[in-house]
Amino acid sequence: MSLYAVQKLIYHLNRDPVVRKHYEENFEGLLGEYELTEEERRAFRESDIGLLYVMGVNGQLLMHYAALRGFEWSAYIEAMREGERKYGPVRVGLYNRAADRR
Amino acid sequence: MSLVFAGVCSHAPGITGRKNRADPVVRDAFYASYDRMRTAIEAQRPDALVVIGAEHFANFFMNNMPAICVGMGEHYEGPIEDEEWLAIKRTRVPGAPELSRRLITDIMEDIDLAYAQEWKFDHGIMVPLSFLTPRYDLPIVPVNINCQGPPLIPLKRCYEFGRALRRACDRVPERIAVIGTGGISHWPCTPDSGKINEPWDREFLRRFLNNDRDALLAYRDDETWREAGQGGLEIRTFIALAGTVEGSTGELWFYAPIPIFAVGCTIAVMKVGERAA
Repeated sequence: MSLYAVQKLIYHLNRDPVVRKHYEENFEGLLGEYELTEEERRAFRESDIGLLYVMGVNGQLLMHYAALRGFEWSAYIEAMREGERKYGPVRVGLYNRAADRR
Repeated sequence: MSLVFAGVCSHAPGITGRKNRADPVVRDAFYASYDRMRTAIEAQRPDALVVIGAEHFANFFMNNMPAICVGMGEHYEGPIEDEEWLAIKRTRVPGAPELSRRLITDIMEDIDLAYAQEWKFDHGIMVPLSFLTPRYDLPIVPVNINCQGPPLIPLKRCYEFGRALRRACDRVPERIAVIGTGGISHWPCTPDSGKINEPWDREFLRRFLNNDRDALLAYRDDETWREAGQGGLEIRTFIALAGTVEGSTGELWFYAPIPIFAVGCTIAVMKVGERAA
């Protein structure tokens, strides 16, 4: 369920101005509203886009979160590549090469 | 009246958002094909435009993901993305709620649908509209096929949805244009962004333009994912469009891989054919 919570937080941030305001005013408080692991909270706190990618966050969500955190397009792409170098292949989700897609 | 126009086009956010980073010669030829499509749609004097798209978590999430959803709103807003990032100004787009209600009711005879009276358009709809209805004055009926969060609806059901949509369009008095919009092969917003499998795209387009139902439905998601990327799963929008014009063929107006747009940029128009029985 954890990837679900990570993606849901980004989904809310991307589409809801109230959540975005909460994010600007009380980031830790916002993180506390979602069922996140310590590694996931760290990825958010440190804007570790590469780790979020390796955790399996869908790029259609992640690219907007990256933009919110100040990553321009090329920096966003490079951050994901760096994440794979640092943390290994994508663990779960749409980009996990071992997933059953039948 | 009936369906009066059917076509497909790309919708990648780079098409508008990263326009200054593309080869201007190829980009401008692509934009000219959008203009040609706009002119062709306008020539049919449609009362509404149905957009079969594949949105990207703007409205629908894994808490309650519809396989297919049709909009029934008075109006819609978009883009949901940052205006500067997409280079499209946020605006209000008119809906056609009464027409939507009749279409949905008819389609439900054959296909289970979700409907939504509230819908924020993302680049998946706003990029095509910015070219095809740049004054945002044509009422829109948005359709979303979930192509992002598996399990996804099988391809054969997409084709069947297209057939049901066509029958519904042919039973209402309005003149209706329909477009499908999605990528063919692409790996959007991943480290492989910009990769495009042109031979795969050409083969898919051959099957699509011939409206070869069996060949279109022969694609398997695991193979598509491997050869055409996770973005290739959006062929569902093209296949649904093919279902609206079953038995009719089409013409390719533009195809070129534009890596900075992260997709093989495509414009194609199908013959509308006979009214559905």
